[in-house]
Amino acid sequence: MAMAMARWRQRLLSSACSSSSSSAAAPQALLRLASSALSRQSSSRGFAAAPDDTTPFVVDIPVPYAGHRCDPPEQRVETSAKELVDFFKVMYVMRRMEIAADSLYKAKFIRGFCHLYDGQEAVCVGMEAALTKEDAIITAYRDHCTHIGRGGTVLEVMAELMGRKSGCSLGKGGSMHMYNKEGNFYGGNGIVGAQTALGAGLAFAQKYNKQNAVSLALYGDGAANQGQLFEAMNISALWDLPVIFVCENNHYGMGTAEWRSAKSPEYYKRGDYVPGLKIDGMDVLAVKQGVRFAKEHALTKGPIVLEMDTYRYHGHSMSDPGSTYRTREEISGVRQERDPIERVRKLLLAKEIVTVADLKNLEKQAKAEVDEAVNQAKEGGQPETHELFTHVHVKGLKQLAYGPDRKEVIVPLP
Amino acid sequence: MAAAGAALAPGIENRLLSPPNAGRIRCSSSAVPARGALVVRGAALSEESRKNRSSALKAVAVKGEAPNLTTAKSGHEILLFDALREGLEEEMARDPTVCVIGEDVGHYGGSYKVTKGLAEKFGDLRVLDTPICENSFTGMGIGAAMTGLRTVVEGMNMGFLLLAYNQISNNAGMLHYTSGGQFKIPIVIRGPGGVGKQLGAEHSQRLESYFQSVPGLQMVACSTPYNAKGLMKAAIRSDNPVILYEHVLLYNLKERIPDEEYVLCLEEAELVRPGKDVTILTYSRMRHFVLQAAKTLVERGYDPEIIDIRSLKPFDLFTIGNSIKKTHKVLIVEECMRTGGIGASLRAAIVDNFWDFLDGRPECLSSQDVPTPYAATLEDATVVQPAQIVVKVEQMCQGLV
Repeated sequence: MAMAMARWRQRLLSSACSSSSSSAAAPQALLRLASSALSRQSSSRGFAAAPDDTTPFVVDIPVPYAGHRCDPPEQRVETSAKELVDFFKVMYVMRRMEIAADSLYKAKFIRGFCHLYDGQEAVCVGMEAALTKEDAIITAYRDHCTHIGRGGTVLEVMAELMGRKSGCSLGKGGSMHMYNKEGNFYGGNGIVGAQTALGAGLAFAQKYNKQNAVSLALYGDGAANQGQLFEAMNISALWDLPVIFVCENNHYGMGTAEWRSAKSPEYYKRGDYVPGLKIDGMDVLAVKQGVRFAKEHALTKGPIVLEMDTYRYHGHSMSDPGSTYRTREEISGVRQERDPIERVRKLLLAKEIVTVADLKNLEKQAKAEVDEAVNQAKEGGQPETHELFTHVHVKGLKQLAYGPDRKEVIVPLP
Repeated sequence: MAAAGAALAPGIENRLLSPPNAGRIRCSSSAVPARGALVVRGAALSEESRKNRSSALKAVAVKGEAPNLTTAKSGHEILLFDALREGLEEEMARDPTVCVIGEDVGHYGGSYKVTKGLAEKFGDLRVLDTPICENSFTGMGIGAAMTGLRTVVEGMNMGFLLLAYNQISNNAGMLHYTSGGQFKIPIVIRGPGGVGKQLGAEHSQRLESYFQSVPGLQMVACSTPYNAKGLMKAAIRSDNPVILYEHVLLYNLKERIPDEEYVLCLEEAELVRPGKDVTILTYSRMRHFVLQAAKTLVERGYDPEIIDIRSLKPFDLFTIGNSIKKTHKVLIVEECMRTGGIGASLRAAIVDNFWDFLDGRPECLSSQDVPTPYAATLEDATVVQPAQIVVKVEQMCQGLV
């Protein structure tokens, strides 16, 4: 048992899928690949032009994919300088936002439940790179960053967390209920696993309306043991619904490690007849490639399960210190070896797209953006008392009714 | 009317107590009586019955002699399940976003034939046969409704929807609110419930008790082919999540309904029989028991006013209140259990709003707080019977309760 645990911990640090690789291999491999790619470049560019450059180049993905009933995609993905810089910016903003939420919670501006996403940013950012706004996303309660990815602003996230009327749900939803209709983001759900059935419904509507789009239903390793997930997988496979089930496996369902709650923690295989793919969720480019592959699969062959091997630095929520069921060494080890933002930073520096000073500037901008949003949100007002009763029903129960002679009609009351 | 409004409890939305002509011209099923059913025509007969009690005997069953209908077509006779099907079919033909999801609704035609023929007409995607997974297919219906599809989810028996309680409560009921109004859920959840003929405890549940406190849901119960079709159409057109309660034993009720299209109001109660001695509030199957008891009561000289409340959430306090102001006595006859049923909530609403108009406490006849037994005699003892209704009304009118 102790040996199995030790091996499992080692796997967390090295992000191996099925084969093990030593913890030092990944960043070294990245640098080697990056420098070899550099030497292949025909022209050298000045720094001023590089961050906007959309010339595509190919990057190798170090951690191999693992496929279940499908052939995994190539271990290389096309990206560009601009895309990498954008990844860095967005992920850093998300990171700062979650850290700001942490301090605001401790200062009692945010109350109740607050589930933070730092460490997992690569999943939602990589996903967005492979999707369009026509595709729909639904997730559980760890939704602050997913909301940003779908087009939400840091201000509306912060305001919602603090219960102000400028929040994305007018202050009435809270941390676990963030939605963005224009961005096709369907929340934000409090009850574990219920969103997978809703996700099947989103895909059903896309199929019904003959839209060339997919729905992604995100859930965690804890929710992977819910019956309704398997029901949703069954009906999605039965009717060929264009849904992608994404398991964000951060290895802990609140305080219970995955090996203590799942007989088979290989979540990408749990779909049985539904194909699956395991992806290194700390590598934003791997996520992009994997989701692009999955989207093609969902549109042509039917549903697919993705397992994102990721990690959260904070506890399950703000009331969980996160260190009673795992060691601080483990957390700092993952932060050192596999941090998604550091990965992109190393890649940017190795490819000489930006300098260290440029990155520092970007970081400062991100901090300023988040601080500005926090201050603005703090100034926002609480919702009015009459808002307690609005939006319980649509349009206040208006109903147009008429009898068979159509002469007498009930007019809807205002 | 303004004075009457002032006398009532504060804090009630004005539109529930507004006078009949303020902002609406009244048209309800009472203006177009369901022919062939037990309906008494208006004030003229009540006056008559006041003068001469024996003539009230004739008042109970007036068939087909409605004087003022100008429509040339005479309507068609139909059974209740077929009326539901007609309503559903008309809405599906009218709006391509309407679709049905449920067990055996497609190829089998529906376990109570409500969806018979629809799969052949509209295809397998619009009349979707699901596996037995209430939690997920209800969730799927809700997810699809969030994008704008108007889904009709059928629970083969309402009791099975307990498996989908989380979806119905959190995702159907509350989502409009928690998203700050961004998403609406135009879903209809329907199915047969209530106590049947020896179906056993688990298949005789009254889900209206359990769902009534979920905020954001709207609930209606149909009881005749006429209101079944009208409520089905109204529920589908509504942008709110509506639960339409049907009853297992009412599917073969026959009635003549109009050929022309009609849509009923979801929040309105139906005045079945006007009277002045006591207000009897009822819904679903109990409406027919009350009408049966009314025959006896009228013979004995009483004049009950019978209202089928139809709208279980919200209550039509306007119609109910006007009736109570007239009769000063109210009896609720329901099939829910005594604890936490519709009657319990309705009693509270009546006491809160119409206390000044009551001569005595609002009475309630409900089912016993027991799992419905299988044995026929025990099952009959579980629910309210017409004889009990007669005894209760007599006691109320004689001041014995």
